[in-house]
Amino acid sequence: MSAALDLFTIVAVSAGVLFFLAGVVGLLRFPDALTRLHALTKADNVGLGLIVAGLLPQAGSVLAGLKLLLVWLTVLLAGATVGQLIARVARRAGPRA
Amino acid sequence: MSLELFYELLLGLLVLAAASWSVATRDSYSATVGFVSYGLLMALVWMQLQAVDVALAEAAIGSGLTGLLLLGAAARLRAAEARVTARPSRMLRAVAALACTGLAAALAGTVLSLPQSTPSLAGAAVTALPATGLGNPVNGVLMAFRAFDTLLEKVVLVLSLVGVWSLAPDLGWTGRPRLLHPFADDGVLPFLARTLPPLGLLFGLHLMWNGADEPGGAFQGATVIAAMWLLVLMAGLGEVPQVRARWLRVAAIAGPATFLAVGLAGMGIAGAFLAYPEDHAKSLILFIEVPMMLTVALVLALLVAGPPEQAPQR
Repeated sequence: MSAALDLFTIVAVSAGVLFFLAGVVGLLRFPDALTRLHALTKADNVGLGLIVAGLLPQAGSVLAGLKLLLVWLTVLLAGATVGQLIARVARRAGPRA
Repeated sequence: MSLELFYELLLGLLVLAAASWSVATRDSYSATVGFVSYGLLMALVWMQLQAVDVALAEAAIGSGLTGLLLLGAAARLRAAEARVTARPSRMLRAVAALACTGLAAALAGTVLSLPQSTPSLAGAAVTALPATGLGNPVNGVLMAFRAFDTLLEKVVLVLSLVGVWSLAPDLGWTGRPRLLHPFADDGVLPFLARTLPPLGLLFGLHLMWNGADEPGGAFQGATVIAAMWLLVLMAGLGEVPQVRARWLRVAAIAGPATFLAVGLAGMGIAGAFLAYPEDHAKSLILFIEVPMMLTVALVLALLVAGPPEQAPQR
């Protein structure tokens, strides 16, 4: 059972890291602000979600697990808001930004 | 090479890169972004050194709040900065480089000449900690053993607010500080400003309350609460109070005033200035921390808001 949980942790965290890697590549390679933002928000939301899901079996207690989930939800809320705000600025500044 | 050593080396290199970037870049906005990243990386370094209290302070105050102050300054300076196009003269740059190299060399020399075993009071502080009733040695040092420093720090905070307000034009005293609103009415920021503050307020109070026994503390908690208030103000859901308001002035000095009053009372009930009677040390410390938190949160937010300006004529 514990070996299966450890395997789940390794798979989920690795997948999360992959999303972050893709986000960074997108940030560096995509041509304009909106597409770069598109790449970054995926990394933030899904990548961190996968890492948190992977860490849940290792949390040790229900309270620690809930705290991990709370971290993810807070980042989701802040990330979504900031993504929207940056996108609005980019759109107002025109396609060259 | 172990994995942990690799992580530490990588972290050290990233810190140096972020620091060099924020010094080398010419645009003050980019420099601020570099500074904020540097602060967040420094918080990770402090975590690695198992100084969780310092990591919290670095993330909340060093990176978050200072970063916000610098961003505000960069935004206000943007117009003036665009007009400066001439590079400084060769002579000036040479002198600056020489002065910086000298300072860096002096700092490096000092670090290298430090004694191998640094004198430490950590052992004595931990031994005496039970007398304060606190479980977190950092809080014990801040609120009991070095209470004088903490008291003066709060006075400095109020003085800095006076300093910012003294930049106000004469007519500004009838007005309010004007926060830079990123957006007028657009729904996204107000949504965050309605959802996040209940959680942030709880987290700030939790940091203060838990600071007695675990990493955390009134200052870090107050910074979180100040951030929540600023979020509400920037979203346009509230107005920055007038600097003339009596409650504002009282709240701004509540922390140091309570601290000073308890300190003076210590001369009578515990035999020395800023001493606590042994049975009530913890309750007195919490009694000081609540108004102190109010003062810190208010003053930090007002420092970001800047000097009051004249109300627009309608």
